[in-house]
Amino acid sequence: MAFTLYSLIQAAILCVNAIAVLHEDRFLSKVGWGADQGIGGFGDEPGIKSQLLNLVRSVRTVMRVPLIIVNSVCIVLLLLFG
Amino acid sequence: MLSRSSSYKLLKSCSLLSRIPFIFVDLATKPRVRTAHPAGKPLLFEDTSSLSPPMATQGYYVGGAERGDHHLFRDPMASAAVMYGSSLAFQGKNVVNKEISRFVSVSKLKYFFAVDTTYVLKKLLLLLFPYAHQDWEVRYHRDTPLTPRDDVNAPDLYIPSMAFLTYILLAGMALGIQGRFSPEVLGLCASSALVWVVMEVVALALALYLLTVHSDLSTFDLLAYSGYKYVGMIVTMVGGLMFGRNGYFLSLAWASCSFMYFIVCSLRVKILSSLSTDSMGPGASAKPQLRLYITMTIAVFQPIVIYWLTSHLVR
Repeated sequence: MAFTLYSLIQAAILCVNAIAVLHEDRFLSKVGWGADQGIGGFGDEPGIKSQLLNLVRSVRTVMRVPLIIVNSVCIVLLLLFG
Repeated sequence: MLSRSSSYKLLKSCSLLSRIPFIFVDLATKPRVRTAHPAGKPLLFEDTSSLSPPMATQGYYVGGAERGDHHLFRDPMASAAVMYGSSLAFQGKNVVNKEISRFVSVSKLKYFFAVDTTYVLKKLLLLLFPYAHQDWEVRYHRDTPLTPRDDVNAPDLYIPSMAFLTYILLAGMALGIQGRFSPEVLGLCASSALVWVVMEVVALALALYLLTVHSDLSTFDLLAYSGYKYVGMIVTMVGGLMFGRNGYFLSLAWASCSFMYFIVCSLRVKILSSLSTDSMGPGASAKPQLRLYITMTIAVFQPIVIYWLTSHLVR
């Protein structure tokens, strides 16, 4: 398996895009992964599910604007250079 | 280097810019404040891990400006242009330093490169034969961890980066022996190994975050520990190149076992020791097992990576 740095960047962009398209109300709440369903017992260590939901929500909040920029740049470059 | 009195006379004889270099000369010749080195061993190079950067850059910047000044002072316009240009470069360098230090904290990185020869030798011996070592705790000195220079158990980034470069060169040599060498293959091998390291560090950090293991392992620590396997890879490849297939598997077994033992011992101290600070509750009984599983998974994953990255080079 010959990985190049370019394939790493591609994989990273695709993964972050995949996390960013998970809509809060339309999808995550229906599955049971909404923002309010993650908070388990207080005073105890948060479990894996709440950590995961926290991660998804924070990635969506933080990476929204940079993803717009990066995706636009990718689209332009792929259109121009194939 | 000019002494203080002779440099004063030289600057006074030039009318145009004599006042500004005065301040810089004072800063350059003042003795630098240095935190006391605990062990007192003789250092081969200057210890910059505790120096403040602005003092160092100003001292070096002035040296060049001073030596060039007394040639150009006959033409005041040229000397003015030189001073203006060098002040612009100085500002540019400051801006670059500030931007870089926003992403990568340079002082934290300097901690990982504060090594010396005895530390490197002891650490390499430890990586290949860790069974005799008793005490795996990282010692602290007033709340900050000791630099690798003073403590064999401290992680560093010098050995992983040097081992990585050696691995790339060895891979090139191995491919040349098989007759499959070309310069592109070298770059491909380098980026492939780098991608594996990045993926492993990301997976480790993600696992530690998701399972709420509150250890003091920073990203650089994880990078250091996963970079240590390159030493094992080099030993494996040398064994394979010198002694053929049997030698390859023998050195692979030896390097894998030692490195697994090393990783389990080092990470056990860091991951499982944070148990004592957590509040004991009903959920705590599941935690020691989880942490043990993490450590074991990391350990088992190493020989796989070592085999994957070296087997295609040794036929």
